[in-house]
Amino acid sequence: MRYLGLALALLITPLSAAGFEVEDHARFGPSDAAQVVRVISTGDIPVFSPAIAKFLELNPDVAVDYTVASSTQLMLALNKEGAEFDVAISSAMDLQTKLANDGRTRRHQSAATETLPAWAKWRDNLFAFTQEPAAIVLSRSAFDGLDMPQTRQDLIAILRQHPERFRGRIGTYDLRASGLGYLFATQDARTSETFWRLTEVMGGLDARLYCCSSQMIDDVASGDLAVAYNVLGSYAKAREDLTRFEVVLPADFTTVMLRTALIPSASEQPELAGQFIDHLLEVAWSETPLESYPFTPINQNRGEADASLRRIRMGPGLLVYLDQFKKRSFLNEWESAILQP
Amino acid sequence: MTAAINKRGSILRQLIALLLAGAAVLAVILFFVVQGFARQLAEESQDNILNASVTAILDTAAVQQGELTLDLPYSAFSMLGNLSDDRVFYAVYSDRTFLTGYSDLPQIGTPSPERPLFETVTYQGEDIRIINAARRLVSEGRLVTLTASVAQTRNGQIATLNRISQNAAALGLGFFLLTALMAYLAARSAIGPLQRLAASVSRRGPQDLRPVAAPVPAEMVPLVGALNNFMDRLTISLARSEDFIAEAAHRIRTPLATVRTHAENTLHRVERDENRASLREMIRAIDDSSRAAGQLLDHAMVTFRTDHLEEEEIDLSALAQDMVHRLGPLAELRDISMICNTPAPVVIHGDPILLQNALRNLLDNAIKYSPAEGDIEVSVTASETQAILTVRDSGAGFPVGDITELTKRFARGSNVDGIVGSGLGLTIVDEVTRAHNGALSITNNPKGTGGCVTLALPSPS
Repeated sequence: MRYLGLALALLITPLSAAGFEVEDHARFGPSDAAQVVRVISTGDIPVFSPAIAKFLELNPDVAVDYTVASSTQLMLALNKEGAEFDVAISSAMDLQTKLANDGRTRRHQSAATETLPAWAKWRDNLFAFTQEPAAIVLSRSAFDGLDMPQTRQDLIAILRQHPERFRGRIGTYDLRASGLGYLFATQDARTSETFWRLTEVMGGLDARLYCCSSQMIDDVASGDLAVAYNVLGSYAKAREDLTRFEVVLPADFTTVMLRTALIPSASEQPELAGQFIDHLLEVAWSETPLESYPFTPINQNRGEADASLRRIRMGPGLLVYLDQFKKRSFLNEWESAILQP
Repeated sequence: MTAAINKRGSILRQLIALLLAGAAVLAVILFFVVQGFARQLAEESQDNILNASVTAILDTAAVQQGELTLDLPYSAFSMLGNLSDDRVFYAVYSDRTFLTGYSDLPQIGTPSPERPLFETVTYQGEDIRIINAARRLVSEGRLVTLTASVAQTRNGQIATLNRISQNAAALGLGFFLLTALMAYLAARSAIGPLQRLAASVSRRGPQDLRPVAAPVPAEMVPLVGALNNFMDRLTISLARSEDFIAEAAHRIRTPLATVRTHAENTLHRVERDENRASLREMIRAIDDSSRAAGQLLDHAMVTFRTDHLEEEEIDLSALAQDMVHRLGPLAELRDISMICNTPAPVVIHGDPILLQNALRNLLDNAIKYSPAEGDIEVSVTASETQAILTVRDSGAGFPVGDITELTKRFARGSNVDGIVGSGLGLTIVDEVTRAHNGALSITNNPKGTGGCVTLALPSPS
């Protein structure tokens, strides 16, 4: 009853009740379902509804309560607030890893998790079900007459050669607001010093800072932005107005994020949560692409095929950039590069 | 009659048990030693990597514009992730003021910059291996001690240890099985000489009392010495008793002859029938006794000669004819006809005195147990490897039940009541046959009545 009450409360006042910021909320399945899986996710509802619909089809007496929050709010909800969710899905691998490392998650082992390769799970607590590259989205009209840059170095050169064309028309994540942006940036910085040069150049051209990939893509599509850096490629490629912009996976290196699912230790129905995760993994890792899986098929060994794809490795290394000292100094460095007076 | 042997324990079993116990102890020790080394090694490798991690963290500490900065290197934690999928915790303090990390991570002692501290403690319900290291920095002219702890759960280490433990257990078991096999072989080889000695002694013939001459291990010298000594004494004692019997028989025979002569003389002189009858009875008893004494002497002689066989080439046919001829008068007394069937000479190696003695005993028996007017047939034939001497009579035959018993000393058939005999005749025949490596077979005539005794002696090749 308590959970039902909570779910109702969320339905009525989705933005304030839980103590953390809820962006969106939906409930799937029969209202009188015997069991409710409470999912908190950074993924938009339309992206996940096909997979959820399929799950409900297989489990007719179950309902899914789906809450959308930013990765930071999700971390807050699970870590500080102790809110009761059964499954947490997030693109912020570092925060997910921290939850698992700090003992906020439950172990889950099943036939589905056994089939995952070693890089797609950590401690049987964290399970990857997507591989999503960080792409550069370029507006075709803005690059009229110019070669489309294929690497960061190309991009830096073009931005330097045509500062007037690009001033104020470059977008990237606001690392202070977006966990995913921070993850991408730290991985970029770890891989190559080019990241800092690019940030300097973008800062010099009055880069605009965004919270989310979709808004950046919108702005590139509308022509407001010429370049969006570190955008989720999967989001961009899913757009119908793809002709207006080009999605470039940088050839020097492309950071690949794994969207992961976990079972919070506060979950009171871990078995049901495990079923939900298994379903998600089965959909994701199926040999043939399924309609209910909205992402680029994970199972095609893209990372192995293309040497420039750098999959972010799950593990304690991800804790480093979450350290408050590290984070403060990284953000200071970044702010002084991107926010130029 | 052999006395029951009082048996307690077994050297083989005792040896094997001791060696197995030793092997088991060694295997267990091996298991624990390997496991101990593995544990030490696993702990050391985790400690080393924790040390590398904490050193990397402390190395990045610096004072910039009076402010302490710390730039955690990515590798500090990713190197721990390379070792295993274990959880990682850390904490950094400046002069006991918490800076960053997990503030509830236990602090173990006060490390000096030269020597980090290691300990295994429990945190969040799990065993963790924790290192605590320190570094001194100068900040605004003041000495600041920066301490950093890095900890890792030990699941990976425990999994490795379990794997090694399993291997160590398999190693220990293999070692045990191998040593068990070797223990068995060693024990077998240790008691081998004992078994060989026992076999060689039990293989010996009843007359063979020679000392053991085969080489024996040093440990068995006293036993074999005692055995040889014992057999020596037995030989002497046997020889003495044989001598005594021969002497006694000899001493009895001579006075008996005198007594018989006197008795016969007296028989001629007495006239009353009952007196003559008792005298005849007396003469018969005297005959009986002297015959027994004679056979005892024969037996003693046979026993002596079988030990010192004097072999020469002899014609068994001629020997048989001679003996039949010699005993002819005795047979005629009872109207028994003796036929000697010797178609050709059969030459063998043998002691003529002994063979004569044996044949005489056989014929003696045949005459004695044949009914009046019976037939006795002596035949000598030769096969490729054997000379066969057969004596057949037409008497009552041998009682079927105790044929094998008849060659024992003083054993007599169950159907000979009323006929005098010592029970030594067949014993002598048997001993002579054995001394010549021959075989004695005692059967009943399948065609009709009577016994049949066959001596098969090896003929020279």
